[in-house]
Parts: sequence; structure tokens; C-alpha cells
Amino acid sequence: MELVQNFPFMSIILSLFSGPLCSILNGKWAKRVNTAVIILVGAMSAAVLVFVLDTGEPFIYRMGHFPAPWGNEIRVGVLEAFMAGFFCVIMLLCMMGGAREREQHIEESKRNLYYVMVNLLLCSLLALIYTNDLFTAYVFVEINTISACGLIMIRQTGRTIEAATRYMIMSLLGSGLLLLGICHLYAVTGHLLMSNIAQQVQVLAATYQYHTTLMVALGLMSVGLAIKSALYPFHAWLPDAYGYSTLSSSAILSSLVSKGYIFLLLKIFYRVMGFQVVTESRVVNVLFVFGILGMLMGSVNAIRTEDLKRMISYSSVAQIGYIYMGLGLATEAGTVASIYHVLSHAATKSLLFVAAAGLTDASRGNHFKDITGAGYRNKLAGVAFTTGSLSMVGMPMFSGFISKLFFAQAAVGHGVKMLPTFIALAISTILNAIYFMKTVIRIYTPMPKSEGRTISIEEQPSKSAALLLFVLLNLILGLNSEPVIRLIQSGLKMFD
Amino acid sequence: MNLEYLLNHYEEAVAMILFGIGFSNLLLQKNLIKKIIGLNIMDTATYLFLALKGYIDGRKAPVAVNGVTDVEAYVNPIPSGLVLTGIVVSVSVTALMLSLTIRLYRRYHTLDLDEITTRLKKEGK
Repeated sequence: MELVQNFPFMSIILSLFSGPLCSILNGKWAKRVNTAVIILVGAMSAAVLVFVLDTGEPFIYRMGHFPAPWGNEIRVGVLEAFMAGFFCVIMLLCMMGGAREREQHIEESKRNLYYVMVNLLLCSLLALIYTNDLFTAYVFVEINTISACGLIMIRQTGRTIEAATRYMIMSLLGSGLLLLGICHLYAVTGHLLMSNIAQQVQVLAATYQYHTTLMVALGLMSVGLAIKSALYPFHAWLPDAYGYSTLSSSAILSSLVSKGYIFLLLKIFYRVMGFQVVTESRVVNVLFVFGILGMLMGSVNAIRTEDLKRMISYSSVAQIGYIYMGLGLATEAGTVASIYHVLSHAATKSLLFVAAAGLTDASRGNHFKDITGAGYRNKLAGVAFTTGSLSMVGMPMFSGFISKLFFAQAAVGHGVKMLPTFIALAISTILNAIYFMKTVIRIYTPMPKSEGRTISIEEQPSKSAALLLFVLLNLILGLNSEPVIRLIQSGLKMFD
Repeated sequence: MNLEYLLNHYEEAVAMILFGIGFSNLLLQKNLIKKIIGLNIMDTATYLFLALKGYIDGRKAPVAVNGVTDVEAYVNPIPSGLVLTGIVVSVSVTALMLSLTIRLYRRYHTLDLDEITTRLKKEGK
């Protein structure tokens, strides 16, 4: 076994143990440890990605070297390694962009606790990406929930505590359903390792045994993870949780936490149940319908709100809808489009959150009226916000366009689902354009008297650097989409 | 046939009904403490279901005593392990929920989540 093959496990353990380490350090050192851990984990994921691309096949890391049905496993393919590296990049940029807000919003004595939460979040995301064991995945789903709750409530206001409570309640409902689904699956297959379950599921599906139980298990797990990743009717907690927490929290929550659950659902679809079984079940149709509803209703709510951060949060509901619509198409092209949209949304939404914070810094408040002309007062944030908006609306050159294109291509020739997908894509694009362009026009409306203060690029160096890198990432994803798509496709082949 | 099956496996039916009770309490109750009780009922119902799945009639708990090492003597130990892990998880989320409840109560002197939300909206920030 080569050294590189230990890296996935090492990165999980590293981020897990750096959590408690941060709790005994002071804020400054905890921040340094956190940054170092994220960079190190990112580098290790890159090394793993190169290794897997080189060998061209996934590898299995056995914990404690127990053979298959008994031991716990990590399974790494191209997609897993790529996702882990990408999540690290996004997390690093989010932490960079929100450094100043953290100092404002978090008490001095509690600042190190924030980094404990971020490290644990990174650990649970990595474990969700890498693990090959369904029950381990459940445990890390809960760790993810707890640390995300900590990220919301670290800024102590009534709003955030209420939002954290609502978030916890919805998340616990979701994980209850997920756990029950896993129990049902264990009861009929007798395994917890994903690959072993898959074999048994194939046998059961071929003989049509326990068909109802399998479908119930699939439904419970899908609904549970859909609740946790805020698919449309379950999104009530989201705007408050994203809208009132400190900047790096809202950026990380919107771009990473929900994506971890979606990745787990993808694994359940491909590796546990087998895509054939999933396609034949009607669960995907339910996800498809709610995905489309989410695309439309999320945007309608975003148009109606008057608060900049809440508007971006509601737009997340719409984007999660896109991802579930792609999964609901139940074709490989649809899944590829969904995975690409996971990347594109992660890069764009965190950019928008950071840019919005830059705009409100130069204004008197979050309210829509306050940000008039903010694009002139904080030039970089204005440009970055415009970039993010154009990407969300789906302008060519930016990543949002590519994902919309792939969704449309995936829908072509799909029969029943083709027309609804096209109509939903068209309407949702118009709705997106309404609220994003409305904002862009507003921030570039000249104000006669100076309403806020002017912020230069040098004044907030880390935020400016984060914004520039986010814009760059967006352009890379948008202009250079082909290698990424090929990576996703080869990753999906290694997936099951 | 289905009814007969249900009567023979009534424990599993009980576990599912309990899960439903817990789930709807967690979702629908306004009082935060009642919500947390619902959460615990829901989790415990899942553990009951798991424990049932591992139980084999007439066998003992998987602890080797008196030198008996035959597999046939013991029940399936894996669900018990899962239940233990699950209990740890549910204890920690319960503790977190209770601490959130305490914080909300200290601020707003009520346990009614909807009332807290209306009050926050009235404050307008």
C-alpha cells in the first residue's frame, strides 16, 4: 500500500483532532491551526486525486485491516478526492472572506470555539465524502448537524438562537428518518458496508423479494437527506439561519453543509441501492417535483424579501431545487449536471455572501434601500457581486450558464420530464434575473449625497483577496468546464 | 395473511407507531420541551426496532461466560453496537437542544417557539 492511500483517513483524523486542540488554544492560534489544517487537507486531497487519476481505479482503505463484511472502510475514487479538495478551497476562501466579521460578531473569549466547530465540520464533510459504511455516515451526519448549529449560534442574538433551534429541529427530523431508513436496509440486507448492501440489494431486486421494504428504506433515506439539505417544502429554517449568522458561517453553511448531504444521497443512489433500482422506483419523481417547486418558490420568495442576505439565502433554496431536479431526472447526464451544479453553486453562493457583506459594510444596513450606490463605494465588492449575479442568472462565461446548459441537455429526449424541466428552467432564469439584476442595478444607481463610507481594496485585504479568488474560481469553472465535466463523468464510473 | 404477520411481529409495529408519535411531536408541538421529548421517543423507537432485528429467540446476550464460544448461543451483537452508538448521538443532540432551550428561555421567558418567532418579527431585526 502506498503512502498516498493513507491520506483520506489521515485528513479525517487530522481535522477531527485539531478540533479539540483549538479549544485549548487562544483565538489567534486556533485560527492559524484551522487555516493550516484546511490547507493541509486540501493538499492531501489533491495528492489523492492525482494518485486516483493515475491508477484509474478507486481504492479501498480498510480501517484496522479487518476484511470486508466486518471492518469499516474508506473508498476513494476521482469524484470523492475532487470533492474533498474543492470543499477545502471553498472553506478556506469563506474563512478568509469572513475574518473581519468574525472579530465583530464573536466574543473574544469564544473565538477559538468557532474554529473547533469549523474543524469538526470539515472532518464530518470529509467523512461523508469518503466513508463506505452507512452507519458511519449517519454518525457523521449528526456531527455535521451539531457543528453547523454551533456555527449559526456563535453570534449570540435572539435571531440566531431561534434560527439554530429551528435548524436543529428540522435536521433532527431528517436524521431520524435517515436512521430509520438505514435500519430497514440493514434488516433486509444484513450489511452496513455500502458495497455489501449493494450486492444484496441486487439479489433482492432480481427476485423481487422485500420490494416494499427496499422502497420504504430508499424513500426514508431520500426524504431524510432532502429535509437536511433544505429541499423546498422543508426550507423554513434556512433564510434565518443563513441570514443572521456571521458571514463565514452563512457562506460555509450555504455552500458546503447542504452539499455534504447531497453527496451522501448520491452515494446512496449509486453505491448502495444501485442506480437501476433507484430509476425504477418512484422516489426520484417525488424529488423531481419538489426540486422544480423549489426552483420556482425559492426565487419568488427571494423577489419578495427586502433584505440582501435573506435574498441570497432564498436563492439557495432555488439552487438546491436545481440539484434535486437533476437527480430526479434519473439519468447519468442529469446526475452529472447536478454534481456540476453542486460545484458551481458552492463557488457562486459563497462569493455572493462575501460580496454582499462588502456592500453592506459600505452602507448603513442590510436593507435594500441602504445599499443604493454601494457598488461605487466598494468597487471590488460591486464587481464581485455582479459576477456572482450573472453566474446565478446563467450568463455564458460563468459557471451558472454551464450547469443550466447541462440540465437542459440532460432533459432532452427524456419524454415526460423534458417539458417541465425546460419550462421550469426558463421561468426560474427569468425570476433569477429579476431579483439579481434588480440588486445589481440598485448598487450601481448613483447616490447624490454620500450615504455610507467608501471602502478601498487595501482596507480589507483578506476579504478582497477572497473575492478575487472566488471570481477567478467562477471563471475557471465557467470557461474551463470540459475537464471538470470529464472528471465528474470518470468519477461517476468509479462510483458504484 | 398480512394481519397475521402483523400480530406475530407486533413489536415492530409498536416501534413504528412510537416513531410516528415521536416524529409528529417533534414536528408539531409548540413547546420546546415537548419537542425534545418527542425527539427522544423517536430515537428510542428506532433503537427498539434495531434491537428487535438483532434478537434471536432463546439466545443470550453476546458476552462470553462459562467458556461458551459457540455462535449459536448468542444473539446478533451488531445491532446492539449500533444502538449504543445511536444512544451516544441522541444524548449529545438532546443536550444541545436543551442548552438552546435554556438560552431562549432566559431571553424570552417562554418555551413556545412560535411566540418567540412572532416576537422577533415584531422587533423587526
